[in-house]
Amino acid sequence: MGRCYGDSALSAHIVDARSLNHFLDFDSSSGLLTVESGVTFDEILQVFVPRGWFLPVTPGTRFVTAGGALASDVHGKNHHVDGSFSDHVLWFDLFTASGQKLRCSRTENADLFHLSLGGMGLTGIVLALAFYMKPIETAYIRQHTVRCENLDETMAGLESYGNWTNSVAWLDCMAGGKAFGRSILMLGESAKLQELSPKQALNPLKIHSTKGIPFPIDMPSFTLNRFTVQAFNRVYFNKHPKGSQDSVVHYEPFYYPLDKVLGWNRIYGKRGFTQYQLVVPHQDARKGLQEVLELLAKRRMSSFLTVLKIFGEQPENYLRFPKAGFTLTLDFGIADSLWPFLNELDQVVEQYGGRLYLTKDVRMSADFLRRTYPMAQEFIDKLKEMDPVGTFRSLQSERLSIHA
Amino acid sequence: MKKNILLVGANSDVAQAIAKLRAENGHALWLTGRSLEALQPIVADLKLRYEVEVSAFVYDAETSNPEALILALPGLPDEVHLAMGYLGNPICIEDAAETTRIMTVNFTAAVLLMNALVRSLIQEKRNAVLVGISSVAGDRGRKSNFLYGAAKAGFSTYLDGLRNFGYAHGIHVVTVKPGFIRSKMTAGLPLPGPLTATPQQVAKAIVKAVRKRKGRVYVLPIWELIMLIVRNIPDFVFKKMNL
Repeated sequence: MGRCYGDSALSAHIVDARSLNHFLDFDSSSGLLTVESGVTFDEILQVFVPRGWFLPVTPGTRFVTAGGALASDVHGKNHHVDGSFSDHVLWFDLFTASGQKLRCSRTENADLFHLSLGGMGLTGIVLALAFYMKPIETAYIRQHTVRCENLDETMAGLESYGNWTNSVAWLDCMAGGKAFGRSILMLGESAKLQELSPKQALNPLKIHSTKGIPFPIDMPSFTLNRFTVQAFNRVYFNKHPKGSQDSVVHYEPFYYPLDKVLGWNRIYGKRGFTQYQLVVPHQDARKGLQEVLELLAKRRMSSFLTVLKIFGEQPENYLRFPKAGFTLTLDFGIADSLWPFLNELDQVVEQYGGRLYLTKDVRMSADFLRRTYPMAQEFIDKLKEMDPVGTFRSLQSERLSIHA
Repeated sequence: MKKNILLVGANSDVAQAIAKLRAENGHALWLTGRSLEALQPIVADLKLRYEVEVSAFVYDAETSNPEALILALPGLPDEVHLAMGYLGNPICIEDAAETTRIMTVNFTAAVLLMNALVRSLIQEKRNAVLVGISSVAGDRGRKSNFLYGAAKAGFSTYLDGLRNFGYAHGIHVVTVKPGFIRSKMTAGLPLPGPLTATPQQVAKAIVKAVRKRKGRVYVLPIWELIMLIVRNIPDFVFKKMNL
């Protein structure tokens, strides 16, 4: 779909996998779904929600292909319980640089299998893949919303509500003083039939609306400045009463609030935006996050949407991003002052043993990748062995000197 | 009412898009293609997405016998979409095999298959709608693809006549002239965006034409105008042009 925020999907030559869009098999006893790699999550939901199945893991948009989800090893609000998308993949067929079609799984071509999970598409073209869907009773989510008044409450909340399958905190990164790090914590559990309202129960497996509202124009780049962002964050935070609330909502607003507005990124104006997603391990995470947010305030930078999440345990695996700890996502409109600022942030992230998500990245340095991903060099060496000329490359892989 | 719909050349992007639209309405689909293996993902996809009956049959325009195909089908179709086509080397005047192939796939085989279908339909006194996907390339021969264009011109003319012939027998014929389509056939070619339809757009126009019993359809209205102009350029000018 070309939806990576950075340059992971950009290159002089691009293989468009969208014509690989066939559903191949579904085993309703195990939930194993086999699709060609260009099938999108949007299509999977349209076909399988009415039959009582949901994606095992979904990012914040349905406009990704299954092959892309594998190559980006996407994670969702349920990472601390269900891991990332790759964890649900049983096998895939890979078209490699040597022109072979190889079946890869944990037992067959195992190393190639692991290299490709979160491998940013550099090991070859995924042709088809099989992964386990999750049974659902309804298309609705039982949502519990908690207002957290500061960073300690936010982090403690994410930890203490760890038994909820879905959890995420929307953070007001502009609040200072006592309210520093305040947030709205959103927890969700797939709703049972008896939890629905009579109206919802009329069509318990309703799919999302397939019509979106196009964002009409590129806003002027000053639209999102410190003051408007601050005002927006304050209003959004205060919209939620103190304490907690319960509701039952459809999966669409819960998982995909932004998909409704097509081209929402136009709010950032012509220069666009970038996302900076970091993870820091639990140890010293509190201090690390505080430093990141303080640096934001100090440099007068504002992030329109700031999201904090907890990652569960995940073994270190080549370029896969998640590891146990906290992951913070910041959105920045592009400005000349942004790049030196992000370099400063990198130092904090590295100091606390963290790293950045390649799928969102557009500017990290080749060295930074090697320093923060312990298995990066091994990935590079193995890739070179398989594909000495670097057949599959992207602007990102070139920037990160992966084929050099 | 559930219909049996035959799609010839079902591997094509347009045929696949038509199949999806028809499957959405619960119709049964009979797909043909040169290889069952290539049809397999398409069959699986339609069955899984729409939970309809889908079956596949081998039919190769260059080697198969149309009568044999009709005998292999579970019955006679209520609706047929003939979507096979071969663009070929645009200028192959020195290559007899390539020329024959272009003529066979786009014209001879298409006509023989339609004839065989119509014969059976009339014999069984069955109504049907037959859709032939032709091309604007047949509206006037141009040096860039006149062999393909000639075959499609013949096919368009045949479809016009068949529509006239079939009328008395309750057989409706639709001629479709899609213009550029972004598809496997044109992959890698630079196509002008506003003049290029997606397979989904073509399929929608076709299904609408079937419903409304239209005779001839251009998918994008602009093509009707373009071809009107192209047809009316005087020949002494046209022959010097680079089209």
